Amino acid sequence: MARIGVFVCHCGENIGRTVDCARVAGEIGKLPGVVHSVDYKYMCSDPGQALIKQAIAEKGLTGVVVSACSPHMHERTFRRAAGGAGLNPFLCEMANIREHCSWIHEDREAATDKAIDLARVIVEKVKRNVPLETIRIPVEKRALVIGGGIAGIQAALDLADGGAEVVLVEKEPSIGGHMSQLSETFPTLDCSQCILTPRMVEVYQHPRIRLMAYCEVDAVEGYIGNFKVTIRQKARSVDETKCNGCGACQKACVVKNVPSEFDERLGKRTAIYVPFPQAVPNIPVIDREHCAYFKGRARGMKKDACGKCKEACARGAIDFAQEDRFVTEKVGAIVVATGYELYSIGKDQPAAGLKGYGEYGYGTVPDVIDGLQFERLASASGPTAGKLLRPSDGKVPKKIVFLQCVGSRDPAKGIDYCSKVCCMYVAKHTMLYRHKVHDGEATVFYMDVRAAGKGYDEFTRRAVEEDGAVYVRGRVSRVYRDGDVVKVLGFDTLNGTPVEIDADMVVLATAMRPRKGIEKLAQTLSVSYDRHGFINEAHPKLRPVETNTAGVFVAGACQAPRDIPDSVAMASAAAAKVLGLFSNEMLEREPTVARVDAALCAGCFHCERVCPYGAVEHKEVRDRKGNLLKVVADVNPGVCQGCGTCQATCPSKSVELMGFTDEQIYAEVNALAL
Amino acid sequence: MNATLDKTSFEPRLTAFVCNWCTYTGADLAGTSRLQMDANVRIVRLPCTGRIDPLFIVKAFERGADGVIVSGCHPADCHYTSGNYHARRRFAFFKELIEFLGLPEGRITFSWVSASEGQKWREVVNDATARVRALGPFSGYPGTELPAWPAAGAPAPNPAPGGGGER
Ligand SMILES: Cc1cc2nc3c(=O)[nH]c(=O)nc-3n(C[C@H](O)[C@H](O)[C@H](O)COP(=O)(O)OP(=O)(O)OC[C@H]3O[C@@H](n4cnc5c(N)ncnc54)[C@H](O)[C@@H]3O)c2cc1C
Repeated sequence: MARIGVFVCHCGENIGRTVDCARVAGEIGKLPGVVHSVDYKYMCSDPGQALIKQAIAEKGLTGVVVSACSPHMHERTFRRAAGGAGLNPFLCEMANIREHCSWIHEDREAATDKAIDLARVIVEKVKRNVPLETIRIPVEKRALVIGGGIAGIQAALDLADGGAEVVLVEKEPSIGGHMSQLSETFPTLDCSQCILTPRMVEVYQHPRIRLMAYCEVDAVEGYIGNFKVTIRQKARSVDETKCNGCGACQKACVVKNVPSEFDERLGKRTAIYVPFPQAVPNIPVIDREHCAYFKGRARGMKKDACGKCKEACARGAIDFAQEDRFVTEKVGAIVVATGYELYSIGKDQPAAGLKGYGEYGYGTVPDVIDGLQFERLASASGPTAGKLLRPSDGKVPKKIVFLQCVGSRDPAKGIDYCSKVCCMYVAKHTMLYRHKVHDGEATVFYMDVRAAGKGYDEFTRRAVEEDGAVYVRGRVSRVYRDGDVVKVLGFDTLNGTPVEIDADMVVLATAMRPRKGIEKLAQTLSVSYDRHGFINEAHPKLRPVETNTAGVFVAGACQAPRDIPDSVAMASAAAAKVLGLFSNEMLEREPTVARVDAALCAGCFHCERVCPYGAVEHKEVRDRKGNLLKVVADVNPGVCQGCGTCQATCPSKSVELMGFTDEQIYAEVNALAL
Repeated sequence: MNATLDKTSFEPRLTAFVCNWCTYTGADLAGTSRLQMDANVRIVRLPCTGRIDPLFIVKAFERGADGVIVSGCHPADCHYTSGNYHARRRFAFFKELIEFLGLPEGRITFSWVSASEGQKWREVVNDATARVRALGPFSGYPGTELPAWPAAGAPAPNPAPGGGGER
């Protein structure tokens, strides 16, 4: 027979003002199975907790209900108190009569009636609670970092310096991300490569970092502290153990006109290539789509069409027969740092709901470029060796127009958020431009200038005051090619006048978007993402680098548009979180997990199909002689996160979520009956 | 305004099945923000809408609820990644059953309320309460009544089978 104790909290005046706590305690005290029911001013205070402990000891309580604030606030407090008095902590639950009652109602009578209902519901539940044990799991003290941009690099270095082993997976041939493409960086205008490349080299040389470039995460199993990750090593066609990065193969390559991804298609590369001279690792990759050898093979040619790189390589590192390889790594935590890509104004969009800019020619005007292309033109390592020349005819543009918020803050194009960094880099671009073309005119069309940050507002003002950028508040309605110039038709909303500019070049500050295909990775990791594809943090304020899957963290521009300082800060924060996790030998988890009754289970495995975590395993049931009787479902408690979808789906009701069983929930529903 | 002050009007009882991570937290936020709302709704907390068995809803009505609210995370925001999608699919199917049972659709409210939408939770509560108040008390599943006996002079049709109607 249940012996339940009920403790009604006044929370000072917070509950007591609208709820008659004494009446609640009195009414609940009359329920069958309730042997103790009191009210007190502050249940969470030390004397309040002492009341609970005392009652457990003296009255031999088998369950405790604290009628007070939200369980999200104090469930832990009271469970610990109950545990301290020798009661299994999971026999203690809370009825929320503050957030869900006293704070949202004024009528004392109605609020008190409701508080009684809410307490009764939990009393009926607790009567059916069973003792549960916290789950303890060991921790694998290695971390996986996905993405080798500045965020991933920083996270990997912090983790490794903190003593953890790190596997850094980067899908491109080199780490570095977008930062390696930038010329100079706001707000200090220091050279991007100069501050980045030493960090890239550090990653390469760190004894605790295993760098896996040109690799992708294929599958992830397991749970916090114990992930098993399958990584696909894409075929480089170059033996990494033999190559010394001399570059002879690239010189020998006959295909020299492949648009360079690193130079944002403004420059050319060979078919066997490293993306840029400072690439880490400095090992080339054969782009099989463009390589003459592979193209010849694909066309079924008898003789190999080419093999120049192989002939040129003194170390015999070229391996045309190389195939994708798979390796598995065991890690205890994962940091996602896959970064961003730029929205393109073209007709074809990667996601439904996104639209291109027909009014700007859908990206067909050659002298209309985006921000990253401008970075490459301005960069000393870029296709023009740092000379600002426009793509169509290589002329120095004397009039340049920058458009802010292209895509960003434009719900009509499907992106309603602000990309945050563009105001800053456009200001930077106008300065870089003036530093290179002294008599040039830079005009910026903007909606607002958002330059919040240390030294940021000063920076944008410098663009105007020192480098003569002209800022026009307003939108541009059309951009089109008109003979030798790019016509820009806009409207100055401060003057109320139309503006028409014959520009030599136009730079679009296009929106930052998550990487294409990030959804698939997110699903592999069981982390949630918003409708744009940015990875969701666990809490927008208090848990900014955790995700909703325990053990998976997030850093950098894959979570939202971020500049370098923000990305680095997030990465260090994520690394600190992981190191905190790794400071434990064992992890404790709430035992809210599903359990299968093997006797009832018919083995239909509907549960397996709906489980978001792959926690359902197959278990063989055998008789004493070892004959197979049936195969039933079995839930791995380390993997299960406790959503209960399996139970609602199970046709034979043979899987139950501990803490939220059918019996408990029906008892709650019944307790609400008149 | 607080409708419960008017003792003469019918005060419906609503049971809300909500997920722990989004709607329960959103309702907490409504509380912290002191958003006043109708006092007719009683929340049953579940980890995820994926945990909700449609029979919970059937049971709630059977035990005297006049209305039911089901609310969880927005699509793609589920704490458990996909629980709410399963819930949505299940309820799409369940709606047909509701029609069969003869429940007017207005008695059941499905909504998404995120942890940051205290204001929306208030709207859901007040709208659902107003709707159910207008519909009046729920008195049994009309669809479960036996058809009238065809022959003349036959006994009157059975009342709705036990549990549901009597309040
Ligand atoms: C035009 C322009 C100018 C800018 N100028 C500045 C500036 O001056 N100052 C400043 O502070 N910020 C600037 N920024 C912002 C800056 O680029 C970002 O803050 C920074 O690059 C974010 O770093 P990240 O590591 O998060 O992402 P990224 O740089 O995008 O790196 C992500 C990495 O992850 C890899 N990756 C992606 N998907 C996968 C996968 N599935 N598996 C494995 N690897 C993957 C990518 O290949 C890439 O290497 C600028 C941005 C733009 C567009």
